[in-house]
Amino acid sequence: MRTLNDRSQVMPVVDALRVLADLCCDAQIVVTNQGSARIWPKLRRRSLDFHYNPSTMSGAIPLALGLALAQPQREVVAVSGDGSLLMSLGSLVTVVGSGVTNLTIVLLDNGLYEVTGGQETPAARSAVDYAGLARAAGFPSTAEFRDLADWQTQAADVLALPGPRFVRLVVSAAPAEYLTSSTPPLAEQLTGLRVAVSNE
Amino acid sequence: MFTGPEIETVFAELGITHVVWIPDTAIGPWEAALAGSSRLRLVRVCREGEAWPLAAGLHLGGQTPLVVMQTTGLFESGDALRNVLFDLKLPIYSLIGVRNWLVPQSRDTAKTFAEPILSAWGLNCQWIADPADKPKLAEHYRRCRAAGIPGVALMAEGAP
Repeated sequence: MRTLNDRSQVMPVVDALRVLADLCCDAQIVVTNQGSARIWPKLRRRSLDFHYNPSTMSGAIPLALGLALAQPQREVVAVSGDGSLLMSLGSLVTVVGSGVTNLTIVLLDNGLYEVTGGQETPAARSAVDYAGLARAAGFPSTAEFRDLADWQTQAADVLALPGPRFVRLVVSAAPAEYLTSSTPPLAEQLTGLRVAVSNE
Repeated sequence: MFTGPEIETVFAELGITHVVWIPDTAIGPWEAALAGSSRLRLVRVCREGEAWPLAAGLHLGGQTPLVVMQTTGLFESGDALRNVLFDLKLPIYSLIGVRNWLVPQSRDTAKTFAEPILSAWGLNCQWIADPADKPKLAEHYRRCRAAGIPGVALMAEGAP
């Protein structure tokens, strides 16, 4: 029987993110940070993507929540690492308490503090049920994927479930060449996002 | 200092759309007026570190947020403040309750470090230390908005 912290089956993180990038519609806002902020720009470039670097760890979910509250007509996706989420698990409660329905949190769980060199998080060897935590916080829709084929076939349906949504993807560490790549300049991103958000 | 209806009116007249907060004993009595307001929305966070990026998202989404917390929360959320106000350079305004400022004999370190910490950040601050100072909140907010810079109103509080 597989335990929750079993990492014998993980999906390649770049492929996992590519599924999400391919599904994003033009009006959707996507907030990435840390590792995902370095991978996503190589997969897709849109002015509604905000690669939140330099970030403060655990900031991506609240920032995405603020965008979701400000832009209720748009869907917002926050891509967070597990290390960042662990720094502010209460943000799951904040999301639900805010009443937003247009927010999806996609958790990239690799058990590592990736950008600092791959040290283990406290949860790396623990049976932390992140989707269960989200359900307990009140998320009406949660899902978990370890197999890329499953994620590829079910992602669109999961992203159409009632929000807020929480999706845990158990993934591999990012290839080294991605972690050394830079995100687009922050000032350029902020300007682009402001303009894109103001265009209905 | 302010009653709930008074502060709701001040915030609404300033065009604030969202108050992102964790209250303390002095600020807490504003809750009914803020939560019941038809002119702005109260957003409750679990930890002060969430308040700054949440306000950043609201700002980037075209809204006008205000962050409200106590000095203890200011200290806790320092890195989030640094990121939003200095890395992202967003002109988010905040109101910080300074615990025990009005208690002269208090040796509360939350009082001791309030000004030095804000001074270290180089933030533009305005004390609201007396009922006569109440108009200074709106005046300072408008000055900061006009200059496109972050600002902090320090509201003197008594004992918790």
